[in-house]
Amino acid sequence: MEKLRRAMMFVPGNNPGMLQNAGIYKADTVIFDVEDSVLVSEKDAARQLVHNAIKAIKYPCEVAVRINHITTPYGKDDLAVILPAKPDMIRLPKAETAEEIRMIDDIISEAEAKNDFPHGSIKMMAAIETAKGLMKAYEICSASPRMVALAIGAEDFLADLKTTRSSHGAELFGARSQLILAARAAGVQAIDTVFSNINDEEGFIAETMRIKEMGFDGKSVINPRQIKLLYKIFTPSDKEIDLAERVLAAYQDAKTRNSGVIALNGKMIDVPVVTRAERVIAYATALGLRKGANSNA
Amino acid sequence: MLNKAGRDIPLVIPGLSEVKLYNGPFAANPTGRIVGPKITVNKPRSEKVLKSIEQAIEATGLKSGMTISFHHHFRNGDYVLNMVVEAIARKGIKDLTLAASSLTSTHDAIIPYIEQGVITAIETSGGRGKLGELFTSGKFLKKPVLIRSHGGRARAIESGELTIDVAFIGAPACDTYGNINGIEGKSACGSMGYAMCDAAYADQVVAITDHLVPHPLYPISIPQTNVDFIVAVEAIGDPKGIASGALRISKDPKELIIAEYAASVIEYSGYFKNDYSLQLGSGGASLAAAQFIKEKMIAQGIVGSFGVGGITAPFIEMLDQGLFKTLFDVQDFDIPSIDSLRNNPNHLEMSASYYANPHNRGPIVNKLDVVILSATEVDIDFNVNVITNSNGVIMGASGGHCDTAAGAGLSIVVAPLLRGRLPMVLDRVHTIVTPGETVDVIVTERGVAVNPKRKDVIENLKDANIPLMSIEELQQIAYDLTGKPESIPVTDEIVGVVEYRDGTILDIIRKPV
Repeated sequence: MEKLRRAMMFVPGNNPGMLQNAGIYKADTVIFDVEDSVLVSEKDAARQLVHNAIKAIKYPCEVAVRINHITTPYGKDDLAVILPAKPDMIRLPKAETAEEIRMIDDIISEAEAKNDFPHGSIKMMAAIETAKGLMKAYEICSASPRMVALAIGAEDFLADLKTTRSSHGAELFGARSQLILAARAAGVQAIDTVFSNINDEEGFIAETMRIKEMGFDGKSVINPRQIKLLYKIFTPSDKEIDLAERVLAAYQDAKTRNSGVIALNGKMIDVPVVTRAERVIAYATALGLRKGANSNA
Repeated sequence: MLNKAGRDIPLVIPGLSEVKLYNGPFAANPTGRIVGPKITVNKPRSEKVLKSIEQAIEATGLKSGMTISFHHHFRNGDYVLNMVVEAIARKGIKDLTLAASSLTSTHDAIIPYIEQGVITAIETSGGRGKLGELFTSGKFLKKPVLIRSHGGRARAIESGELTIDVAFIGAPACDTYGNINGIEGKSACGSMGYAMCDAAYADQVVAITDHLVPHPLYPISIPQTNVDFIVAVEAIGDPKGIASGALRISKDPKELIIAEYAASVIEYSGYFKNDYSLQLGSGGASLAAAQFIKEKMIAQGIVGSFGVGGITAPFIEMLDQGLFKTLFDVQDFDIPSIDSLRNNPNHLEMSASYYANPHNRGPIVNKLDVVILSATEVDIDFNVNVITNSNGVIMGASGGHCDTAAGAGLSIVVAPLLRGRLPMVLDRVHTIVTPGETVDVIVTERGVAVNPKRKDVIENLKDANIPLMSIEELQQIAYDLTGKPESIPVTDEIVGVVEYRDGTILDIIRKPV
């Protein structure tokens, strides 16, 4: 099964205490940020700190770094300092073109060769934060084999759209739909934007349920408290697991009988239902919800 | 000479007539009899209410060299101790032993009187702020500060090791003949548990109140038979400092993780069943754990028998929801707890002796199944320090820590593995307050370690989906991040003595270099 990226937690790259503890909250990915959460005057200190944190601390999860945009005065310096520490992933903010992705890909390839890291070991993801970027979303996803995920960054995106965020999320519906189409077409994961009001648990839950229904693989979070809430929604229920197991059993049965017709409780089952059941089981297995599986919950 | 906790204790300690070495949590075999206050007489229609604290001091016959006591139910809102010490100083009385059940930072105000020699010895639960620094400096006091647990203090009072000449009792409500309770009046503090022992055993008892009512007051926490004199003053405390509003559940994600692990430890420990009993600490992680425990109790239909301790709002919620049948209350921390003691007949007030005295016929801690305690630092032998900080300075209080750890079937210590750049699992804690042989589980945000002697608990926790590891592995995680800390260099001067609850010497605190 592909790597789970349900919760991708942002951690300010200039906060030693948070960097030290980032690994204990069971996020699937931590994203050390040297972009928006770090003042211009602290960029150099933050990238050094992130470099040292990645080298010194054994994180039990995927470690990504959100660099400054590659065309700003900081983006290349970020990569120069951070890549030798070997993060698992680089996240580009405000992606607008495939060229930007290729530019970063080249820099990573060079760093991998220089530091004797296996080629392709450092992954990439990008965030769409402008209308222009969304128009190029598929090309951005397809620009490098390193690309594993595409995210949407709502605050900048909605400013660009000349609107603001609402509780019902209608203003983001079109963009989310388009983003997920692009991500799926390119075969990468789709990650939703942060929910900034950390004290509004109900709002967070409602939004997370909505984006899960839309097909997103996960969501960026800005506080560890959101992780548990998110996992509850992204964890298959006992009922779902049970159904999936029965679907797969019916499929196995049909295969053994060499029959093209799969039936469960007298109903015909299509192949997509089997695919969905496989996905549920893979999730449940990865989360340790089924016997004999390792826990990643 | 090494005691059973491995601490080198000098056989002569300034200020102590005898040094008995700690020899294990239940090794002491006390002999002799419980002492009592002086016999006295009260003639019919005599007046107990006096005009001022000064007049009460005179009436008690307080003299230089005597021992005075106070209780700490008013916590950081207490006015009584400072007010009385100031009045004593004005009278020119000196060389007193101050035996307060605990001291908080509001009592920094007595520092000038320590410097002037009004107070020259202190026996208490601990010290914070500037007072803690002063204790650690070794200046002014004639002998090391004697640290006792709440149960140990009750024991020392009853055994006569701590003889109180005059007890000054802040009384939230007091009638004109000396009946006291803590649940009425503007300075209501709830339980009067610590003061009960002082009132019962002191030679002279002065009630100081800001809510003097006609006789008889009911309910009675401290009876008229214990009280010699009464003084009404404008205010005995600051209500805001006495009790907070309902404490909010922690939002600190690290504390929440620790709390969740602690709740899982309880759930899988083997103790989590109908009629179990529980004590919660008042720290953030401990209170947050209450929330998770509550959810688990509801989900599994478990009803506990009793809750104990310093009582906080989460316990009140559980009592009100029928998740516990009874609460035993020695001290209240917030307004919901005080209200509950006033209104709920299943919420029972108890004395410090009933709570934790190891040498009576049955303290409630002996019936306790599970306790969650916090810690400043722990070590690989599971010893706990809650009294000195990473510079060796006194900054905390022993409280009921060692009492409940010894009494409970399962004692769980919650603490962050790292505080800033300091590891909290050491080779040796700087000061032992609770011996490791009474500590069963240490819960941190990065791992949970069970005392190897609790093989049953280790086995039970295998299914708990928590990061179970040895204490050495836990320490290594911390050391990998922080390096190994150097021990705190100290001088030969002894500034504090940590008495175990049974009266033996568990550890000493030396002045840092």
